[in-house]
Amino acid sequence: MKETFTITAFSENHIGLLNRITIIFTRRRVNIDTLTVSPSAIKGVHKFTITVFETHEMVEKVVKQIDKVVDVIKAFYHTDDEIIFQELALYKVSTDILLNSNQVENIVRKSSGRIVEVTPTYTVIEKMGTAEETQELFEELNKLGILQFTRSGRIAVTRLSEELLHNFLKERNLLWK
Amino acid sequence: MSKKVSGSHALMLSLIEEGVDYIFGYPGGAIMPVYDSMMDYQDKIKHILTRHEQGAVHAAQGYARVSGKVGVCMATSGPGATNLITGIVDAMIDSTPVVCITGQVVSPLLGTDAFQETDVVGISMPVTKWNYLVTKAEEIPWAIAQAFYIARTGRPGPVLIDITKDAQFNEFEFKYKKCESIRSYEPRPKINKDKIKEAAALINQAKKPYILFGQGIILGGAEDEFRTFIEKSGIPAAWTILGVSALETGHPLNMGMLGMHGNYATNIMNNKCDLMIAIGMRFDDRVTGNLNSFAKQAKIIHLEIDPAEIDKNVKTDVAVLGDVKETLPILTEFIEKREHSEWIGEFKALSKIEYEKVIKTDFYPETEGIRMGEVIRRINERTKGNAIIVTDVGQHQMFASRYAKLNTKRSFVTSGGLGTMGFGLPAAHGAKIGAPDKDVILFVGDGGFQMTIQELGTINQTQAAVKVVLLNNKYLGMVRQWQQLFFDRRYAETFLMNPDFITIAKGFGIEAKKVLERPELDSAIDEMLNHKGAYVLEVSIEKEDNVFPMVPTGASVSDVILEPQK
Ligand SMILES: Cc1ncc(C[n+]2csc(CCOP(=O)(O)OP(=O)(O)O)c2C)c(N)n1
Ligand SMILES: [Mg+2]
Repeated sequence: MKETFTITAFSENHIGLLNRITIIFTRRRVNIDTLTVSPSAIKGVHKFTITVFETHEMVEKVVKQIDKVVDVIKAFYHTDDEIIFQELALYKVSTDILLNSNQVENIVRKSSGRIVEVTPTYTVIEKMGTAEETQELFEELNKLGILQFTRSGRIAVTRLSEELLHNFLKERNLLWK
Repeated sequence: MSKKVSGSHALMLSLIEEGVDYIFGYPGGAIMPVYDSMMDYQDKIKHILTRHEQGAVHAAQGYARVSGKVGVCMATSGPGATNLITGIVDAMIDSTPVVCITGQVVSPLLGTDAFQETDVVGISMPVTKWNYLVTKAEEIPWAIAQAFYIARTGRPGPVLIDITKDAQFNEFEFKYKKCESIRSYEPRPKINKDKIKEAAALINQAKKPYILFGQGIILGGAEDEFRTFIEKSGIPAAWTILGVSALETGHPLNMGMLGMHGNYATNIMNNKCDLMIAIGMRFDDRVTGNLNSFAKQAKIIHLEIDPAEIDKNVKTDVAVLGDVKETLPILTEFIEKREHSEWIGEFKALSKIEYEKVIKTDFYPETEGIRMGEVIRRINERTKGNAIIVTDVGQHQMFASRYAKLNTKRSFVTSGGLGTMGFGLPAAHGAKIGAPDKDVILFVGDGGFQMTIQELGTINQTQAAVKVVLLNNKYLGMVRQWQQLFFDRRYAETFLMNPDFITIAKGFGIEAKKVLERPELDSAIDEMLNHKGAYVLEVSIEKEDNVFPMVPTGASVSDVILEPQK
């Protein structure tokens, strides 16, 4: 059975590492749904957050292969109930439709979105949430006409009280050496 | 103590620090500074000029496989580097420690489609354990130290270091520090004694335990620990093609080879045992046949250094992670001394059937033409199992791995996971360089020989005494066998109109002889083995010689066939 998994990989910050990680997916015909790369809480450690819709068995194999990459410090995977996760979406609409009625404002408020910029020609709205929630707002706004829409990859933290990576690094006696 | 040197000198000094004694390589524009520096270190490092970069990487593999050291090869940018790729892939899939050093265009030209610029790091990414593009001279000692550490530790593999020409020229203060650990890399998984106890409990209960062993034992240098383990356990064992020299082929518990052209008993017993103990092997499809009908009745223990191999193809009941050099002695301690004579008797009964139906006629054929099996038998009788056997890929490879007698460690070199035709001749050359005191005998087919035949030139230059046994059946025999069995004998493009190999060998300055008839064979083998230098012995082989038993692709290991169905 397939479901959404969030894979997080912590790595050294080396050129080409993203490629080394993504080819692990490509070779096994696993589609990456979202991908976010950023510095992590630990200096010099990069974090990849990747979501896939796959079977548990395949995800386990892929994560082992990621973990095997020399410059990857550690890779983990989680189901949605094990993490708190968010995506960010930006919506651009014409300022005319905002001014013509209260509709846009109501939709935005109802969805707990936020207007971040208003110019004479366009207005930008942002919303945090799950992919379903940001999609819902997209569909509402699109009835009135959307000029541009973009959504980030997923970011996530675990519901665990301890940090998996910290524990791992501590074990290796190398944390903040 | 540090001194200012150019990047290319730093590279040579780094290689010396890593104990490198041979480099197999080929020069060109982007690596010229390194070649220039090499001249100053000839007393420490010898360069062997191959005739093709593929020859260089396969030679480095052969060297690594027999010596247990890291093989080193070198090439220029662009075509030089791309010519290494096949060997890199081969080393990756067969876990061979090789460091490849390639020259790259000067760093300002990166990404400009400059002359002979190729994204070698990009191309080799999926097929290296690690790779790195060096653009600053100062990075060279660090990159080389990492490369050797990564190539040889954990599950070994190929590493590629691409060095821009400006990094080779620029000067800096050289200092070398060997790499001892990498934060992100855990080559040796921690050993979990509880798991080993669990495994031991299963072993102590088992009525029909069966050991499958692979190259992990050889890579871990755990041949002695393995022998102690099986002798105490009394469990019959079978090898994967890369695991063969982990245990003498004549050992009473050695039941033979696994896989598509492995032995009869060893294949059948996969589906008869109640406990399977897989040691340093990876359940390749050539070993398991159809996974849906592989060892379903058995509990499975897997001793393995690479966590990614656990449950990859076959689900295990107990996974024992770690270097088998460390885990096997602990396991041996926890198991009870046993003998499984009745169970071994079942193997023996099947082996007898195979002997009568297959091996006897391979060894003592009644055909007019010479068969591959008998050539190997006759060579065994002379080497007594003390030679290093190297093979190319095809029918001769399967005959050689089935029948070669091996008594010494690290004595069988073949391209297992990739099945690279053309591997044999350069790998045999590298093997002879890596084990100069041993006889190195290559079995090669007429097809594969022509893929890297130019390496006879390299062999003539080094005067390495490689003994080449060319088993000439005038066919791409293995493909022809499949055509015979599965494509109605339609021999599409498998007949080879061959050159005069003797003239070619002699043209390269190598002694050679051709044998057409059985009565000449023994004396020709003696002549080859007694000859001081390299030698090519061409043996004309029965045209439609076939390798059996066989597990057809996609079939179950239980359906191993002993002879072609009429
Ligand atoms: C580089 C490469 N190309 C093609 C193949 C497919 N292949 C496997 S065995 C074989 C025939 C080998 O013929 P030969 O070298 O004469 O050995 P024989 O089987 O006759 O002993 C071929 C073409 C391969 N393994 N490697
Ligand atoms: Mg042939």
